[in-house]
Amino acid sequence: MTALWILLLPALGMVVPLLTAKWGRNGCTLMTALAPLAALLVLLQATPSVFQAIPIVSTFEWVPILGLSVSFHLDGLGYLFGLLILGIGLLVILYARYYLSDRDNMGRFYAYLIFFMSAMLGVVLSNNVVQLWFFWELTSISSFLLISFWSHKSDARKGARMALTVTGAGGLALLAALLLMADVTGTYEVRELLQQGDVLRASDYYTVIVVLFLLGAFTKSAQFPFHFWLPHAMAAPTPVSAYLHSATMVKAGVFLMARFYPALSGTELWFVIVSLTGMITMLVGAYLALFKHDLKGLLAYSTISHLGLITLLLGLNTQLAAIAAVFHIINHAVFKASLFMAAGIIDHESGTRDMRKLNGLFKYMPYTATLAMVAAASMAGVPLMNGFLSKEMMFAETLTQETLGALSWWIPVLATLAGALGVAYSLRFMHDVFFNGEPIDLPRTPHEPPRFMRVPVEFLVVLCVFVGIIPQFMVGDLLAAASLAVLQHELPYYSLSLWHGFNLPLLMSVVAVIGGAVLYWHRRHLFHFYGQFADRDAKQIFEGAVQALQTAMVAVNHWLDNASLQRFMFLLVLLALILAASPLLHLHETVGTQPQLALNWVVGLAAMLLIVATLLTVWWSHRRLLALIALSVVGLIVSISFAYFSAPDLALTQLSVEVATIILFLLALFFLPQSSPVIDSPFKIIVRDLGVAALFGSVIGTLCYVMLTRPLTSISAFFLENSVPGGGGTNVVNVILVDFRGFDTLGEITVLGIAALGIYKLLARIPLYMPTTDSKGHRWSQDRHPVLLALVSQSLLPLALLVSAYIFLRGHNLPGGGFIAGLITAVALVQQYVAHGVDWMKGRIVFNYQAIIAAGLLIATMTGVGSMAFGREFLTTWFDYVSWPIVGKFEIASALIFDLGVYLTVVGATLLILANLGKLTTTERLRAGEG
Amino acid sequence: MLESVLLLVSLMVAVALVLNAWRLMIGPSTADRILALDTMYINSIALIVLLGLYFQTDLYYEAALLIAMLGFVSTAALAKYLIRGDIIE
Repeated sequence: MTALWILLLPALGMVVPLLTAKWGRNGCTLMTALAPLAALLVLLQATPSVFQAIPIVSTFEWVPILGLSVSFHLDGLGYLFGLLILGIGLLVILYARYYLSDRDNMGRFYAYLIFFMSAMLGVVLSNNVVQLWFFWELTSISSFLLISFWSHKSDARKGARMALTVTGAGGLALLAALLLMADVTGTYEVRELLQQGDVLRASDYYTVIVVLFLLGAFTKSAQFPFHFWLPHAMAAPTPVSAYLHSATMVKAGVFLMARFYPALSGTELWFVIVSLTGMITMLVGAYLALFKHDLKGLLAYSTISHLGLITLLLGLNTQLAAIAAVFHIINHAVFKASLFMAAGIIDHESGTRDMRKLNGLFKYMPYTATLAMVAAASMAGVPLMNGFLSKEMMFAETLTQETLGALSWWIPVLATLAGALGVAYSLRFMHDVFFNGEPIDLPRTPHEPPRFMRVPVEFLVVLCVFVGIIPQFMVGDLLAAASLAVLQHELPYYSLSLWHGFNLPLLMSVVAVIGGAVLYWHRRHLFHFYGQFADRDAKQIFEGAVQALQTAMVAVNHWLDNASLQRFMFLLVLLALILAASPLLHLHETVGTQPQLALNWVVGLAAMLLIVATLLTVWWSHRRLLALIALSVVGLIVSISFAYFSAPDLALTQLSVEVATIILFLLALFFLPQSSPVIDSPFKIIVRDLGVAALFGSVIGTLCYVMLTRPLTSISAFFLENSVPGGGGTNVVNVILVDFRGFDTLGEITVLGIAALGIYKLLARIPLYMPTTDSKGHRWSQDRHPVLLALVSQSLLPLALLVSAYIFLRGHNLPGGGFIAGLITAVALVQQYVAHGVDWMKGRIVFNYQAIIAAGLLIATMTGVGSMAFGREFLTTWFDYVSWPIVGKFEIASALIFDLGVYLTVVGATLLILANLGKLTTTERLRAGEG
Repeated sequence: MLESVLLLVSLMVAVALVLNAWRLMIGPSTADRILALDTMYINSIALIVLLGLYFQTDLYYEAALLIAMLGFVSTAALAKYLIRGDIIE
């Protein structure tokens, strides 16, 4: 349970800042910190088991048949990242307390931050690949919210959009890679997957998997050429940058590579792609960092460079390189978080981040300056700092490479060059900001920040130094545990110490430091060189690309959808035609073996009526009322056909639906023009439509003929056999509806209820046109409610209710059931509305229809839940036979109660729609905002 | 014997239906057409009852009952539409 609690505590803590925001800044900060702190304690309590490599796994089955489970595990790598996420997260919470101004919504900020923290913990603790991906996407979404926190700023919105687009798109590639991996190895468990490296490497899909996987990792970790989003994400508040872009978000990509290192690495493909990408990113990032005048811009490109370094290490073909990568993950997180916080302090206290204005701040804030310079020295890789150790390990590993054959000596040379550039931009950070003359018209006079704003920086800088001097004591066990998780077998020998004697890596470090100092000294020339190239803003290019894509998609959309219903029908029918006709082309025998029924005159006449009525409907399509009358004839003949072909259930349903349909059409027709406009279509369009219609009709006709002349074997035999023993009813249709496929029915009546509520809501704002005369210009009759109609209708009601009850009760064994009964009741009640009007009904129908829908759904659902109380599956039915006096043997089934739910939902939904449509013309009309 | 009679009667009802459809088609007024539709409902009841007799089953009885009951509702709604336009007011 440990692994689960580490995630669950912050996830629950997400609401805390929202609830405590009114307690003031200190109260809110304190309460917000509680949940991550608790999670951190849980994590620390697991330290001994993690260091002894005892796996901690908690798994909950979800859909076992699909291999889906909710599964968490805690190993060395997850522990290391958990420590970074929670530890630096807590420091950021403290820091943000002082950074955010009174105008910022603190509760919302903290809620986003904790949301992000939970998502990140989910990524590092997930033991199921789909679940891992889910949290991965959550980090993209939550970081979008954090980057765009100052949503009134255009660059914050644009930067957030860019980050979301790039990392989201990468996430989709990652999903494909993970699913392919699961497919190849047959497991969704991360722990099992890691053992299947050989299977994956031998698979045909290996190349595809690696490319997709690396797309996901590279976009997240801002590797070249996807690095452009990271500098624009700097529009976020600085605590966000300190958190997301040092320790967490961008580290998710390298985490992923480290996590699946045993499963995917070990091939030429992996090493070439990963090491080259890492190398290019490291160089490009370091080069560009030097020229940024924005303090956070410099740090952003430096982050890209260091992420490139870690990627490079993961792509070098040695185990020691992987260990160095893990070590640098720790070191970079620590010094970069402190640097971002220091940059935030400078910005906060001086009002600008422009290094052309910021000079000589040492005088104003000596304490902060010292801290920042120590951290920057670590970033440069100066001895006694943690950054030095991992950088030197990197130098050592580059010396043993053979990836580039005879040109492999390029690798250490380029690494040293990147190191020199790193030293140069670090020097710029130190010298340009804190010395180099006097500040130039700063918005504010800089001074030291509040005491506690510095605490997180102090803590991290102290860590930098201690890790730098006594590494084995500080992080030895942690590094070993995390590296073990990355390599998945015994670690090779390595030594963590400050001094390894005079050797080549040390020489490379010395060259890098001296070279960096020289580069910085002559930066004038470099800036001149850099200035020759037009400064291309990635944001504009990206926005341009997005705009272009959008324009293209709008064009495609317009091409398909020109808002003409004829065109929709044309495209839809054309597509159906292609799909339905192509199998027919390969069918040789049109007439099947089924013996054909003899034709009698009655059937022939009925079929002729059906055809004539259909043609009339089309012919009258512009005269709407007549078309409706012709349509009723079609419905009537279809009902009789259902009866004739032994489907009485369908006949009953068709008949009741028919009536409800006519009423619905009539209600709507009142508000519409009496005849639809006749538009003269171009001749070629008419020919086109007639052609397609004829083709489609002939295909459907052939299809029906082919199907009907063949003996049909379907699943119906199963239902016929099991209806009585399994469901206790002789009406198979009804037993299927309420028993075998009860779950479907539950879904359908839920949809029905939702649809009815949706229509109810939509009716509230509908603008109305009410005609005062009929289509021929006659005034309406003055007799609103003819007495004869009222009398007959009222006497019909009890009869209809009786029939409805009868059909409902016998439904399980003979044609009928809740659906038909519901429609009959609804139609009988609507008839009262027609005959007596809304005012008369208002005093008599005291319940509202929403409540009936709700009751129906509740009854149906509770019937299902009820069976669980007896230890059965959801919706298992129960039935028995009892003997009643007079009635005789009578069946009692829980399905009947379920059917009652269906009945009530149908009644409620039908009346909610029809009665409210009818009320539109009355004073009872729904007003916007009601209901 | 009964079978032939039933077939003959069904045929007569079917012819009646066709004649109804003819009236429905030519009109001339909308009231004529509604009346034709209503008569078709009545004739359908006859046809379904005959069908039940022919197949010797009482399963069709409810279908006939339903047409008798609900066909009236359709006709009434159509007629109300003709005189008032607004069927529920």
